[in-house]
Amino acid sequence: MKDLSGWGRYPRQIGAQTTAATPDEAATETTGSAGLIARGLGRSYGDAAIGRETTLSMTGLNRMQSFNPETGLLATEAGVSLDDIIACFLPRGYFPVVVPGTRFVTVGGMIASDIHGKNQHNDGTFGHHVAWLKLALPDGQVVCCAPHENAALFQATIGGMGLTGTILAAGFRLRPVSSGWIRQTTHAAKNLSEAIALLRQTEKATYTVAWIDVLARGASLGRSLILAGEHATEDDLPGGYKQFPPARTGRLGVPVELPGWVLNTASVSAFNALYYRRGAKRSGQTTLVPWDSYFFPLDSISNWNRIYGPRGFVQHQCVIPNEDAEQVMSTILDLLSSRGEGSFLAVLKCLGPGAGLMSFPRDGLTLALDLPVSEKGLGLLAEIDVLVAQAGGRIYLAKDACQSRATFSAGYPNIAAFRQVRQDIGVAGHMASKLSERLAL
Amino acid sequence: MTNLHKPKSISTGKRLLVIGGTSDIGRAVADAYAAKGWGVALAARDVERARRNADDIQTRHGTDHVSVHPIDILDTASFDAFIDSLGALPDSIVCVVGMLGDQPRAQGDPDHATAIIRTNFEGPALLLEALAGRLAARGDGLIVGVSSVAGDRGRASNYVYGASKAGFSAYLSGLRNRLSQTDVRVVTVKPGFVRTSMTEGMDLPGALTAAPEAVAQRILGLQTGNANVVYVLSAWRLIMGIIRALPEPIFKRLKL
Repeated sequence: MKDLSGWGRYPRQIGAQTTAATPDEAATETTGSAGLIARGLGRSYGDAAIGRETTLSMTGLNRMQSFNPETGLLATEAGVSLDDIIACFLPRGYFPVVVPGTRFVTVGGMIASDIHGKNQHNDGTFGHHVAWLKLALPDGQVVCCAPHENAALFQATIGGMGLTGTILAAGFRLRPVSSGWIRQTTHAAKNLSEAIALLRQTEKATYTVAWIDVLARGASLGRSLILAGEHATEDDLPGGYKQFPPARTGRLGVPVELPGWVLNTASVSAFNALYYRRGAKRSGQTTLVPWDSYFFPLDSISNWNRIYGPRGFVQHQCVIPNEDAEQVMSTILDLLSSRGEGSFLAVLKCLGPGAGLMSFPRDGLTLALDLPVSEKGLGLLAEIDVLVAQAGGRIYLAKDACQSRATFSAGYPNIAAFRQVRQDIGVAGHMASKLSERLAL
Repeated sequence: MTNLHKPKSISTGKRLLVIGGTSDIGRAVADAYAAKGWGVALAARDVERARRNADDIQTRHGTDHVSVHPIDILDTASFDAFIDSLGALPDSIVCVVGMLGDQPRAQGDPDHATAIIRTNFEGPALLLEALAGRLAARGDGLIVGVSSVAGDRGRASNYVYGASKAGFSAYLSGLRNRLSQTDVRVVTVKPGFVRTSMTEGMDLPGALTAAPEAVAQRILGLQTGNANVVYVLSAWRLIMGIIRALPEPIFKRLKL
């Protein structure tokens, strides 16, 4: 038995865990399973990677299988980490087409969550770049799924939260890059309207995302820094810049759990104000930023999830359809700032459609934030969920720890089709997580 | 796109033989050498599992110089044919074959004890003997035998394993002595605790436990220099020095 939780360390569950060292072992564990879910590096925030009965650790499936330098197609086992992929392939001039906000995730996890990045508006989700995947089913079969082979199962598995079977391996595309640097241009937005307008204006950039100060109030409600990025070419680099810098690791860490009061409204508010002013001074400027600090700023602080104290935290990411996006976002920000529930890293971004049946991304505006676990915080999120559901929006399952079944079913119109696929391949009841139980998926 | 693609390393034209190519240390050693542009031959009983490691290494390093060769370390009669099957004789050889076994079981089950002794001692010693003869005839090469600190003194908790590793260490010592006037070097490596599938589930002290990658880097470093017996973590040299120095009347009463 093991104490299991997601990256938010909330909720925590005692449950059985088994480990697979090879794809064959993972398939064997899946055969005849009852209430099993695969777990990679445990970076989903809530209860998605905790099995209803048993959690199958997949990090032993860490072998790469093949790479085609002409097409950029990389095949790996499902437990290979993004960190490992970048360390191997960036020095050879390749970078994954889509990466999330941390590099400590596995290929299987990226597919199951159909993760998105700062280029979602241009390049779609990770699932859009998956050429095939191998899936182990509870009846003992191992099936290959691709856009034109077992297409329905392929669609359901991308973003399917591991609930269609155990992903054993996949082939996906990397893009050629000529350096490991990003040319980042910062734009300051004084309020939400400006922020949204700037996000739309910078959509031509490969990457664009806004850091938003959720505690700013009144005329400054929604003030943001928009960070647009392009891959730098070799010619962009001044002398002395290493073309492909390695990841910087172990510089900072949170060795122990901090007391819950360290992050309070005053400290977060002060930090946010300082961060905004520093960014605003550089508005319009372009700087060269190494890949790791551009894409994965929090990865350099190991165990940063401990800053929220012993009760853990919840991450919350919603997407609001474009029509009402500005008005609903403004209501949400008003709620957050008036209640004084601040978040260090709140992010605002424009999204387009995802690749799978149950993918989170859809046309609209997304806001991601985290809050320490408290009755007040959870109550506030429930209020926000009502606004999201009314606006026809949805909550990201990879981050979710607390949405209601009503919010979930209002947000995901393909639930019935997804359940049908689960029935058809006979995985219902076999593949199940704490999340699928909570949401009656 | 092709012009962007750079192989990670430039081929050295040299070749490593890893005996025990499916073990965690064997995989790490092969990967470390491949990263430096070496070709690698992985020898293992389970060819399919070795192929999985070979594909991984080829993919990571953009090389196609990784081959897989079947070997049964208990089939001593097959060793000459195995060496012939390698094609060119390798420049360096690392033997990581090992079997921890189950000490209490080995005490009452001679077949199990025999399997431990033959896997850790007889097989590796005779295979390296055959390879050493060929390297000596060529005139140069490096042989690295991965033994164990458990072989430094027999202890109640694992003396069947320990004795077989002691035999292997003594064999390597003799081989080193015999070849000392040639350019064939023989090095004994004692890793101490290593985080591998062999030790999975054991509660190992962090400061005395090495990652397979650290063992691999240490072995790669043996290509230069003149080391003879290497403890991967130097604390182990001190600990085993003390354990060896304890007088037997005291040692025999200790729970180790």
